[in-house]
Amino acid sequence: MEKKFLSGNEAAARGAWEAGVHVATAYPGTPSTEILENVAKFKEVYAQWSPNEKTAFEVALGASIAGARAMVSMKHVGLNVAADPLFSASYTGVNGGFVIISADDPGMHSSQNEQDNRRYAKFAKIPLIEPSDSQEVHDFIKEAFEISEKFDTPVLFRLTTRISHSKGIVEVEDRKEIPLKEYKKIPEKYIILPAHAKKRHYFVEERTLKLKEYANTTPLNKIEWGDRKLGIITSGISYVHAREIFPDASFLKLGFSWPFPEKLLKEFLNGVERAIIIEENEPFLEEEIKFLGYNIEGKKFIPLVDELSPEVIRKGVLKEELERLPDGKGVKRPPQLCPGCPHIGIFYNLWRLRATVTGDIGCYTLGALPPYNAMDTTICMGAAVTNAHGFDVARGWDFTKKTVAVIGDSTFVHSGITGLADIVYNKGNSTVIILDNRITAMTGHQFHPGSGKNAKGEETKTLDFEKLAKAIGVDKVYHVDPHKLRETRKILREAMSTPEPVVVLSERPCALLPEERKKAKQRPKKVVIKDKCKGEKCMGCIKLGCPAISLRDGKAYIEPLLCVGCDLCQQVCPFDAIVEEGENV
Amino acid sequence: MSKTKNIIISGVGGQGILTASEILALCAMEENLDVKKSEVHGMSQRGGSVVSFVRFGEKVYSPLIEKGSGDVILAFEKAEALRWRGYLKKEGGVVIMNTLEIYPTTVSLGLDTYPENVEEEFKKYGVKTIVVDAVGLSIKAGDPRTQNTVLLGVLSNFIDFSVDTWIKVIKYRVPPKTVEANLRAFELGRSIKA
Repeated sequence: MEKKFLSGNEAAARGAWEAGVHVATAYPGTPSTEILENVAKFKEVYAQWSPNEKTAFEVALGASIAGARAMVSMKHVGLNVAADPLFSASYTGVNGGFVIISADDPGMHSSQNEQDNRRYAKFAKIPLIEPSDSQEVHDFIKEAFEISEKFDTPVLFRLTTRISHSKGIVEVEDRKEIPLKEYKKIPEKYIILPAHAKKRHYFVEERTLKLKEYANTTPLNKIEWGDRKLGIITSGISYVHAREIFPDASFLKLGFSWPFPEKLLKEFLNGVERAIIIEENEPFLEEEIKFLGYNIEGKKFIPLVDELSPEVIRKGVLKEELERLPDGKGVKRPPQLCPGCPHIGIFYNLWRLRATVTGDIGCYTLGALPPYNAMDTTICMGAAVTNAHGFDVARGWDFTKKTVAVIGDSTFVHSGITGLADIVYNKGNSTVIILDNRITAMTGHQFHPGSGKNAKGEETKTLDFEKLAKAIGVDKVYHVDPHKLRETRKILREAMSTPEPVVVLSERPCALLPEERKKAKQRPKKVVIKDKCKGEKCMGCIKLGCPAISLRDGKAYIEPLLCVGCDLCQQVCPFDAIVEEGENV
Repeated sequence: MSKTKNIIISGVGGQGILTASEILALCAMEENLDVKKSEVHGMSQRGGSVVSFVRFGEKVYSPLIEKGSGDVILAFEKAEALRWRGYLKKEGGVVIMNTLEIYPTTVSLGLDTYPENVEEEFKKYGVKTIVVDAVGLSIKAGDPRTQNTVLLGVLSNFIDFSVDTWIKVIKYRVPPKTVEANLRAFELGRSIKA
C-alpha cells in the first residue's frame, strides 16, 4: 500500500477524491484553505473558490441534490456565514453524499474567536465526525460520504488547526468512481415551505434516533482497553495529546461524537474504576454525558480557553510539569506587513492623517499594530464598511469626515458589497478604501472574482470594482497607487472631506505574487548613507513599518536579504540618506 | 520501544523553516519510523516568529512537543533559539543556532530589546550549544538560500539517520537547479563537529 506524508488538509482532499467526490467548493480561511487547493489538483473533481462560505455551501448542496458527491470546506467562522443554508440542509437532506468540513482554530492562531463548531452539529441536528490525525482524516472522510447517503443527511466533519496543519504518514488508496445519483424532483423534500418543513422536522428527529443507535456500532467509535484504573473519554486532536500523557490508560475514543453513543459509554464506564473527559475548548462531550446522568468531570481539569497540548493535560489532570529549563526571553516579533506590501502606503498615510479606521479581516488587519496603530475596529468579514456607516449615523459628518473603512478586495466581494449598498441606500457619507491587491493574500494567494482566474487557474471574467460601486450608486470613485505616498494622501484627504459615499480603489498587486517577486529581483536594493542618516532623531523610515528597515547603532539599516527595492523609504527620508546600492560610494 | 525524538525548528517567517522540517520528517519516514510534524500557517508567517515541531520514533501520537521534552532546538535566527528554551529537556538537550540576527520593528521602535548573550543563556544551564554561520557557509556552498540545508547538516550529527537517507531526501525535495548547492551546503554543515 502506498504511504504519503500528508497534512490533515491534504489527507481530507485525498480521502474525498478516493471517495469519488465530484464537486468541491470553498472560500479560503486559515486553517482550512489547503483542502480545496489540494482537491483542485485532481482532474476528476470540479473544484471552485466561491465569493464566500454561504455561496460555497449552497453550490455544494445544489450539487448534492443534483446527485453528485459534494464537499464544502471553510474555517470555523465561515460556518457562521453559511449557517443559514446549514440549517435548511439538515431538513432537506441530501441526494449525493454531502460533507461539510469545518476547520476550527483553538488557540486562535489566525482567527478572531475560538468558537467550537461541534455545537453546530447538535444545533443543526446533523452527525459530527472528529478525526484525530491525517490517517483518520483520510479514512473517516470516506466513511462520512457513506453516512451522509445512508442517513440522508449532511455530515459535519470537524478539523482543528493541529489536525489541518500537522503532517503524518497516511496509507492511501485509489479513487472509486461513483456515478451521479439519479435526480428526482421531490418538492416536499427540497422546497422547505412551512408545510413541507413541518414534515421534514419529524424526519430530522427520526433520523437523529437512528444516528444515535448507529453511533454505538460505527467503527469510528471504539473502546481501547488498557489499564482499567483510569478511563479517558475523548475525541479529535485531544485523543493524541491524551495518549502521550496516559499511554497505558483505557480510552473511549470518539470519532463520531454526535449523536452521542450512550450504550458504548455505559460499556466503557462499567469497565473502568474511574473516568474523566479530556476535550479542547467547550465541554461538548461533558454536557452530553452529564445530561445522560453520569457525573464525569472534564472541565474541572482542562481549561475552556486556548489550545490543548500534552503539557496542559499533564498540568490539569496530574497536577505536575516536566522538569525543564526556564522559558527564554524571546523578542516581540509580531507578524508584519511584508517589504514592498501595497498596504504600507495606505496605513502609513492613515497614521499621518490620524484617521479613525474601521478595519476588516486580512493581512491589512496588521495596520492595527505599531508603528501605524491605524485601526479602530475589526469585527468580521465585511464589517469595515458597515461599521463606518454606524459611526456616521451615530456621530454625524464632523466625525465621518475623519473616518474611513478599509477592506481588502477579496473581503469586499465576500461581504462588503451589501454594506456599500447599505451606505448608499441610507444616504451615508462614508469613504471606503478597497485594497485591491488582485488576490486573497492572507491565506496564501487564492484567486477571487476580482482576480480574473478561477481555482483551476483558468482565465475568467474579472469583477470591475468601479462599475460595481457606480451601479450601487457611489458617484465618486478614485484610483490610487498606494506606493505613491503623497498622491495617495492627497486623494484620501479629498475623499474623506467629500460629504457623500466615496470609494477609493487602492490598486497594487500583493508583493509576494510571483510576478512582483520577479520585478523585485531585477530592482536594485536600497542602502542607507550613514553620514546623512539622522537615525534615532528622525525615525522617518522606521515609521513606515517595513520589516527590512531597523535601527542599528542609532542609524537606519536596510537588511539586504529582505529589501525588495521599492522606494517607499526613499520617499519618506527627509535627508536623502537612502539610495540604490552601488550609488553610495 | 525506542523513545520519540523531539526536534524544534525555529526562526522567522520566510527563512525556509517549513522546507527544512519537511526534509527532516521525510528522512524519518525513509528510515521506517513513525513521524509527525506540526506548524501553524497564516498570520504567523508574515515576518513573525515561526516554529515547526518534528517528532519521530516507533509510534508518535501528538504532533506537539511537550515543554521539557525537546532533544534539539535548531534555530535559524539567534533570538528565536532563546524563545523556545523552555521546550528543551533538562539534561542532554542540544541547541544549534545560526549567527544571523533579525531585528524586528518592535526593537527599532523601542518597544522591546533584542536579547543579549544568547549563547551564554544556554551554556549556563549546561546545554550543548553550537553556533553556526549558516549565511557564510551557504554563500560558500554557492547559494544563500541554502542556509536551511547548512543547518540540517549540523543537525544530522545528532540524529541517527544514514547519510544516504539525508542525501536522497534533499535531492528529492529541493528545486532541481539547487541540488548541487544544497548537497554542498549539507556537507559543510555536517562537517561542523561539536
